[in-house]
Amino acid sequence: MKGFLLTLLLGMCLPAIAAPLRGTGDLGVVVERADGGLLVVEHTGDTILSEISGLGDLSHASVVFSRDERYAYVFGRDGGLTKVDLLKGKIVKRIMQAGNSIGGAISQDGKLVAVSNYTPGGVRVFDSDTLEQVADIPADYGAAKPSRVVGLVDAPGQRFVFSLYDAGQIWIADMKNPRKPVITRFRHIGHLPYDGLITPDGRYYIAGLFGDDNLALLDLWHPEKGVKSILKGYAKHDKKLPVYKMPHLEGWAIAGRQAFVPAVGEHKVLVLDTGTWKSRGEIAVHGQPVFVMARPDGRYVWVNFAHPDNDTVQVIDTESHKIVKTLKPGKAVLHMAFTPRGEKLWLSVRDDNRLQVYDTATLKLLKELPAKKPSGIFFTNRAHQTGL
Amino acid sequence: MRNRTRRLFLLALLPGLLYAAPSTTRQAELRNLLYQDCGACHGIRLTGGLGPALTVDALQGKSREFLINTVRNGRSGTPMPPWKPELSDADIAWLVDLLLNPEKKP
Repeated sequence: MKGFLLTLLLGMCLPAIAAPLRGTGDLGVVVERADGGLLVVEHTGDTILSEISGLGDLSHASVVFSRDERYAYVFGRDGGLTKVDLLKGKIVKRIMQAGNSIGGAISQDGKLVAVSNYTPGGVRVFDSDTLEQVADIPADYGAAKPSRVVGLVDAPGQRFVFSLYDAGQIWIADMKNPRKPVITRFRHIGHLPYDGLITPDGRYYIAGLFGDDNLALLDLWHPEKGVKSILKGYAKHDKKLPVYKMPHLEGWAIAGRQAFVPAVGEHKVLVLDTGTWKSRGEIAVHGQPVFVMARPDGRYVWVNFAHPDNDTVQVIDTESHKIVKTLKPGKAVLHMAFTPRGEKLWLSVRDDNRLQVYDTATLKLLKELPAKKPSGIFFTNRAHQTGL
Repeated sequence: MRNRTRRLFLLALLPGLLYAAPSTTRQAELRNLLYQDCGACHGIRLTGGLGPALTVDALQGKSREFLINTVRNGRSGTPMPPWKPELSDADIAWLVDLLLNPEKKP
């Protein structure tokens, strides 16, 4: 009886002891890739809230968020798909869905999570609530092995769009009936598409090609018109340098009518006109760009670089195309993320084991936080951005 | 020290493959490069990605010379870059030996 009363008493006290209610709009996660862990962070006070371990091989991890911005879905290299509760700082569910995977996307309605896989090559689609598999889309193209899949994004109309690295194809999967995806295939789009992106309005899908001097463009308003080659021969007159890190197209910088794109194997950022998809110029930069990211207001673009120039970050004025600042944050700057309205930028300095927070107006360092081999930084506002 | 001497002696028997092991500091840098930078394509556990797996099993049947040549000069038609602008012959040989005789823990 005494025990019962004690339990009752404790039960009544618990709500008072529990953490105060909070929203998730200023939360995010940072991947600690060596340890297979995540830091849950908040960018109002720029602090670390919790640490989560046991997510497997995160050497090429990416993250999407549920539309209520409470859950993060983490795609690991080892085929692991992990659903994390940001408020509780805990893993909700974790499955091994393939042998080797590269990234994923969440559907327009938030109900489906898709993963792009290398082994076995293809896309698998899961219920975002339970992580039960609802569809399997092998990337078969007539070869002995299905193609590895890259550049998976969601598109308006409950669709996923992705590229087949080995096959040189772009596929659209219409998921209106989740158990019966309808696939549209675009063949001969170019050689070795290594990543893809969708414009923030969800209209254009663009694949970067490692094997060709152009990009592949698909207008999702008019898929019947097929895939168009853009920026043909952009590197024809330049000597190609060895590429020590594949550029990423995710978070492609679109500022007004200009798109800023990393050139593969060159110390250049390419500028495109988003109306005509023709070149508007090139900007010489410090090294081979990896991430080229526009501040949300489009006024500046921040760029980081491949090995051996990955100690540097440059800030480009989108009006004059001039470099306004060259920063040296430290050894191996891997990723950057702007706060939702762009007043701050977080970046990860892998080999110095820290995160840095910058004021994007003064370009001054505001704060440093410890992290173990940090790589990707993902804030929850991605939940409401098409393609992320 | 004795180990190293023996290793050098053994290597001296293989013409063209002789190298002095990199310094301890350099070894740490190379190990970090292997798991972190090579790992971006080959996986942090070397289980493969855009690039093939580099585990002992996956490398079966591939000669040391072939691997050294691949790291040095890259493979045309694939994203594998030539590392000779970045790494010395001794660095490359040490890395290849690490792949062929991996340590227990990264």
